Amino acid sequence: MIERFDPLKGERLRVLDDEGRAAPDLDPGLADAELRTLYERMVRTRAADAKALKLQRQGRFGTYAQSLGHEAAQVGLASAMARDDWFFPYFRDLGAYITLGYPLADYYHFWMGNEAGMHAPEGLNIFPITIPVGSQVPQAVGAGMAIKHRKLGAAVVTTFGDGATSEGDFHEGLNFAGVFGTPNVFICVNNQWAISMPRSRQSAAPTLAQKAVAYGFPGVQVDGNDVLAVFAAVREALATARAGGGPTLIEAYTYRMGDHTTSDDAARYRTKEEVQEWDRRDPLARFRLHLGHKKLWDEAYEKEVQAAASEFVEKAVAEAEARPQASVEDVFAYTYSSMPPDLERQLAELKASLPEGRR
Amino acid sequence: MIMTMVQAINQALAGELQRDDRIVILGEDVGRDGGVFRATDGLFEKFGPERVMDTPLAESGAIGAALGMAALGLRPVPEIQFMGFIYPAFNQIVSHVARLRNRTRGRFTAPLTIRTPYGAGVKALEHHSESTEALFCQIPGLTVVVPSSPYDAKGLLIASIRSDDPVIFLEPTRLYRAEKQEVPEEAYELPLRKAAVVREGRDLTIIAWGAMIPVAREAAASAEADGVSAEIVDLRTLSPMDRETFLASVKKTGRAIVLHEAPKTCGLGAEIAATIGESALLSLNAPVARVTAPDITVPLPKSEDLYYPSAERVLRAIRKLMEY
Repeated sequence: MIERFDPLKGERLRVLDDEGRAAPDLDPGLADAELRTLYERMVRTRAADAKALKLQRQGRFGTYAQSLGHEAAQVGLASAMARDDWFFPYFRDLGAYITLGYPLADYYHFWMGNEAGMHAPEGLNIFPITIPVGSQVPQAVGAGMAIKHRKLGAAVVTTFGDGATSEGDFHEGLNFAGVFGTPNVFICVNNQWAISMPRSRQSAAPTLAQKAVAYGFPGVQVDGNDVLAVFAAVREALATARAGGGPTLIEAYTYRMGDHTTSDDAARYRTKEEVQEWDRRDPLARFRLHLGHKKLWDEAYEKEVQAAASEFVEKAVAEAEARPQASVEDVFAYTYSSMPPDLERQLAELKASLPEGRR
Repeated sequence: MIMTMVQAINQALAGELQRDDRIVILGEDVGRDGGVFRATDGLFEKFGPERVMDTPLAESGAIGAALGMAALGLRPVPEIQFMGFIYPAFNQIVSHVARLRNRTRGRFTAPLTIRTPYGAGVKALEHHSESTEALFCQIPGLTVVVPSSPYDAKGLLIASIRSDDPVIFLEPTRLYRAEKQEVPEEAYELPLRKAAVVREGRDLTIIAWGAMIPVAREAAASAEADGVSAEIVDLRTLSPMDRETFLASVKKTGRAIVLHEAPKTCGLGAEIAATIGESALLSLNAPVARVTAPDITVPLPKSEDLYYPSAERVLRAIRKLMEY
């Protein structure tokens, strides 16, 4: 299916139209329960994201990068992954974390300011979020090389924004992937803005997906607000990767509805009209229409889903906030595999200076 | 067997590849070509392209990939062709390799050994002669190792590869073929984070590493004629630093010279001098002296001799300290 949409011709894969009707030849054919699961994950993502923003405004969270508007891309891509696949995220992937079963309390714990939140539970192959833009891309390729080397039969998904495609690491990573034929799926979540810089200032190429052509593997642009399109493209790319068919670049065309982070004010550089225009393409609203056509959605169901999401979020907040502060030992302990004498001395000196409750 | 440092490194790599199939070598020209200094000579033929991988010409890509491989259970030993080309990978090393253990609270680690030739003295092109070890010593999480002899190179490299921490393994190009030494055929480890007294003396301590060890020895031998007995401490691991060994030596001798090939300002000499000031001040008969390269860009080969510290400069520092 991917090869039917040529980015060089400006073609974009879309399953759902504006009214939420699926194109029959592109519909990934999910069962009713699976469709509802996609929706429930998106609702949870939106609720968890809104809560995070609120907590930040109340001073209970650190600086936070919102996911509003990215729910279809995040949930769609992660829903296509298998348990033994690996995920190398960027920093705006809340829906993927939730979908992959990462404890929300851990995710919150990280954004509240504790590294312990990025200790992925055993069995979850999820790398910590990446802040230096694009630097996760070659790492994901290395993971792909290791999978190939060890014949593990899994694949690797990595996400990044449109701004990351300007970074050297994007090029180096995709170039390595092409040369070594690694089982990688690169997902560029093109949300049109890298802080204040519009997509047009990152690349003169008409699409970001077409960059794959130069690395010798397929690239496809998909409607990033269409959860079925993202799911279908990623599922196919993962199957290709696992079967030894090499990497794929997927550009999920979407929009960052919120500010870059809670420290940003997007009103300084973009118009209200532009944001309103994208609000009309809301990924949840469109998928709700789709579920409606399939008789999978009504008000009672919506109420139930919202209540469950709210409970899910509140539980995570309570759990994250109940966690004890990191001990001073903990802050030192993971620098090396064993603590050098220098660090032991520095730890002792620091401890002696601390008030009783912080030692 | 009598061998050069580059042969000792090659033997260490071959032995480790044989011992542990998680170990992979990657880098530019490390495979078919055997590395531009031949450090990986013959390994591609023996272990194949899956274990000894020629990569595209991209240092950040190679180190980033090595980190991803390490997280999935491999033990990569990437080579950066010259230290002067390591900077494109600096972000990967500083932002990720050094701190992966910490930022995941131990869930993922990056046990890479990044080998790279470094230092001046082989009349190489521009960008092939820098000694920027101090840049890496400032980064928590990294272990920085420099061997000064074939025997040490083998033992320290094996220990580095077996270490669960990321190691920057700096190989002094000037010593690659400078001397031959008896090196045991079998594998052995020299402890990391441990300095060695490589020459005993009574009157002063020279603290040095890598290619400066032979310079220190030459100066010490000349000083002997003046009746001065110099002790030499080879730091071997620059970070985390073994301070006890040189402090014990300085407390015994009462005088210290730090000798390094890197520029003076913010070089490790400053760190070592400060440590002596903190912990051995009352043992000192003279201020700590630093003999280093000047704070200039490494000159091209015709002027290279002006750059790295000579035995003559060390000797003058010795005399000054003894006359203080």
